[in-house]
Amino acid sequence: MKKNKCTNNDRPKDDCLKKESRTISRRSFLKTMAGAAGACFLASCDSDTREAFFQRHFRELGRPELTGVLERLERQYSEQFGKTVSVTADPSMEDVLFGYGLDLSRCVGCRRCVYACVEENNCSRDPQVHLIRVLEMEKDRGIDIFDANHYYNPEEVPREGHFYMPVSCQMCRNPQCVTVCPVGATWTEPDGIVVVDYDWCIGCRCCMSACPYGARHFNWAKPSLTPEELNPETHYLGNRPRPAGVVEKCTFCIQRVRKGLYPACVEICPVGARKFGNLLDPKSEIRYIMENKRVFIFKEEINTQPKFYYFYGT
Amino acid sequence: MNFFKFVKASLYCVTHGSKTYFIWLAFLIVLILNGALGLFDQFHNGLIMTNMRDQVSWAFYIGNFTFLVGVAAASVLLVIPAYIYNWKPLKEVVILGELLAISAIVMCLGFVIVDIGHPERFWHLIPFLGNMNIPQSVLAWDVLVLNGYLVLNLVIVTYLLYCSYMEKKYNTTFVHSLVLFSIPLAIGIHTVTAFVYNGLPARPFWNASILAPKFLASAFCSGPAILLILLQILRRTTRLEIRDEAIWKIAELMAYAMAFNLFLTGAEVFKEFYSDTHHTVYSTYMYIGLHGHNAIVPYVWASILFSVIALILFLIPSTRRNPVTMNIGCVLIYAGVYIEKGIGLVIPGMTPDTLGEIYEYFPSPTEIRIAEGIFGLGFLTFTLMLKVAVPIALGEFNIRQSRPETV
Amino acid sequence: MTGVQVPPPPLSDLFPCSQCHEDLESNLEHRVLTEMHDDITLQHDEENRWCLDCHNPDDRDRLRMASGKLIEFSESYRLCGQCHGPKYRDWKAGVHGKRSGNWNGEKQYLLCVHCHDPHSPRFKPIEPMPPPIRPENLR
Repeated sequence: MKKNKCTNNDRPKDDCLKKESRTISRRSFLKTMAGAAGACFLASCDSDTREAFFQRHFRELGRPELTGVLERLERQYSEQFGKTVSVTADPSMEDVLFGYGLDLSRCVGCRRCVYACVEENNCSRDPQVHLIRVLEMEKDRGIDIFDANHYYNPEEVPREGHFYMPVSCQMCRNPQCVTVCPVGATWTEPDGIVVVDYDWCIGCRCCMSACPYGARHFNWAKPSLTPEELNPETHYLGNRPRPAGVVEKCTFCIQRVRKGLYPACVEICPVGARKFGNLLDPKSEIRYIMENKRVFIFKEEINTQPKFYYFYGT
Repeated sequence: MNFFKFVKASLYCVTHGSKTYFIWLAFLIVLILNGALGLFDQFHNGLIMTNMRDQVSWAFYIGNFTFLVGVAAASVLLVIPAYIYNWKPLKEVVILGELLAISAIVMCLGFVIVDIGHPERFWHLIPFLGNMNIPQSVLAWDVLVLNGYLVLNLVIVTYLLYCSYMEKKYNTTFVHSLVLFSIPLAIGIHTVTAFVYNGLPARPFWNASILAPKFLASAFCSGPAILLILLQILRRTTRLEIRDEAIWKIAELMAYAMAFNLFLTGAEVFKEFYSDTHHTVYSTYMYIGLHGHNAIVPYVWASILFSVIALILFLIPSTRRNPVTMNIGCVLIYAGVYIEKGIGLVIPGMTPDTLGEIYEYFPSPTEIRIAEGIFGLGFLTFTLMLKVAVPIALGEFNIRQSRPETV
Repeated sequence: MTGVQVPPPPLSDLFPCSQCHEDLESNLEHRVLTEMHDDITLQHDEENRWCLDCHNPDDRDRLRMASGKLIEFSESYRLCGQCHGPKYRDWKAGVHGKRSGNWNGEKQYLLCVHCHDPHSPRFKPIEPMPPPIRPENLR
């Protein structure tokens, strides 16, 4: 123990002037520990976890890297669910811009689209994630979302005097979510689908604050999905099983539409209220709707310019 | 080499002190540990341990973050008169203001880390390493300016303290230019944070021009409140001399800031309730209640009451100078603005949500635990820095009296 | 229309109708049926029309358009289209009614009668699927 050199009478009571050799070793000890902890952490992870941690943004992945990522994911999912899972990354088709039409005069509020979507897109069952929300409103009040009922559950639908408006991602041409994302984890693909890279998203939920349509949903806990519930045909940017802590949304069933199929909601709708097609094809259903029907945009004044068109078929 | 000694000596400083000091540290460490346990819970089970849901996706953590950015920005309130107008009584306390700013930013970063779904992916935010969405994303800008402000304050403070420790004169050009730069940067951090909210057309309550000025006004009246209380504590427990005029001046400036803040609140209330559009639902929810949902109404009115009382106490010179009423004013102003920035800003912006649904949010036990832990961390940072800074400022801790080889 | 798959009309297992009707005399009197087909209640402009306005009295295996032209049951949409012109045009474009399959290729249509019972075409209400879980109940 070294002697206190300070003889200054008015030194502060807390004796902060005494030097001890212990401080040197304490400091270097701490430094070594920190370094060792870091090394331990990196060494203890298996190569998959390390690779996943350092994985770059989807749009920066070269062809061989992307193949490696897809293979790793297929392996992980297949192991996790005990059945063969495929993860593709089909790119946009040329000369395609997807548009969606929703016939408000037809929707009866049966919610079959909601559950077909959940099944097709491997959404978490518990906690529940729905990518489509159906609003029930009164015919004589029109669209007044502050008086909408999300939790209607009558014996039969449609209820007298009510109409139904399903809301999901509007695939805006001027998407607020894309603008605000601090890491660029969400962007618009050439075919118009706004996608999320679930492995790049940091889960800050700024996009959820920015979306005027409540179309983005967060995985507040680890998504629960049984092997029986799993749809094994997946797309990297679409319906592959998501981790906890990331945002997801409707992707127009990117895994289906890039193979030429209709989205699951269009397929299941029993009254044909949902229409889908290529806005650039003058002969498509969606173009017919835009040219012949009374079409309107939800919250048009925000100028997000959606590619989702509500219309009245009647 | 000398800097190394300075760091070593500082470490010694913080590990030796009075009983009160260690009891205070122990208390803070208990808070931090409790918070850490809560955080472990949250990491394990996910953010579902909070009460945030899709309908209200930003809440307690982000509310605290916003308030603390204001506190960090407010240290500039002291810098402006001290350096620009060369107001000597304030010069001594400016460094304490900067230490407060550093601690506040540490807490801000803490709240952001616990709020996001994948904190380990923070590197995605680093420019060039990750993919920072500049210039589009205001949140990305916020990350840049907040970290820049933190680094700037750390540099100023470390340099000044190191020079004092070495008993050298500091380079005035260097320090003054950095300090002068910190003024627009401080205003910048809070403006950019305001713009994060302001730039969202999806949220009409936030998408109002009044938001950025209101942020600054409420920051300037609340941030110094903590400092005022702290200065009085330091005056009593150390030999640090802080003149009454400095304290009174700060309180006076806070009064004017609060008056402006209340004026802006009034302007907002007028616009909402007089125009009475559909977008008024958010203010209706806040001040009156909506469809039977009125959980936050009492808090919002309490905040206004606290602010008005504090304004009166600080405006009248006699109550401003009386330590009892002044401290009551400080507590009231801090509480009033804290409620306003959290409950009075984040919640009404999201209630009703974008599809008109009302989800009444209140913090979960996990969120409160973690928040306590982060405040503990902030106070610990502040305490440890003060433990080094105050003796240096007093001239009791410098290179002459702490060279290890000579001991 | 090429590239179109249409499922067969309903009640195809009872077809051909001429099995019974070939030997029966047609009674052209406008009335409510009581002996056979009494399970069908006409709720489709029943004030002004009845069975034999659409069903051909001489050949029950075909339907009869207003012009007298006979059509197969698999083309019954042409009959509907006589009165429901705009709907018919929309249906042909794929905008009214349901389509399945490929947005850029083969699609499956449905006949009007697959969704609308021609004798009582108004859609009956159906049971909705469950509402979403309220956020305060999400654990």
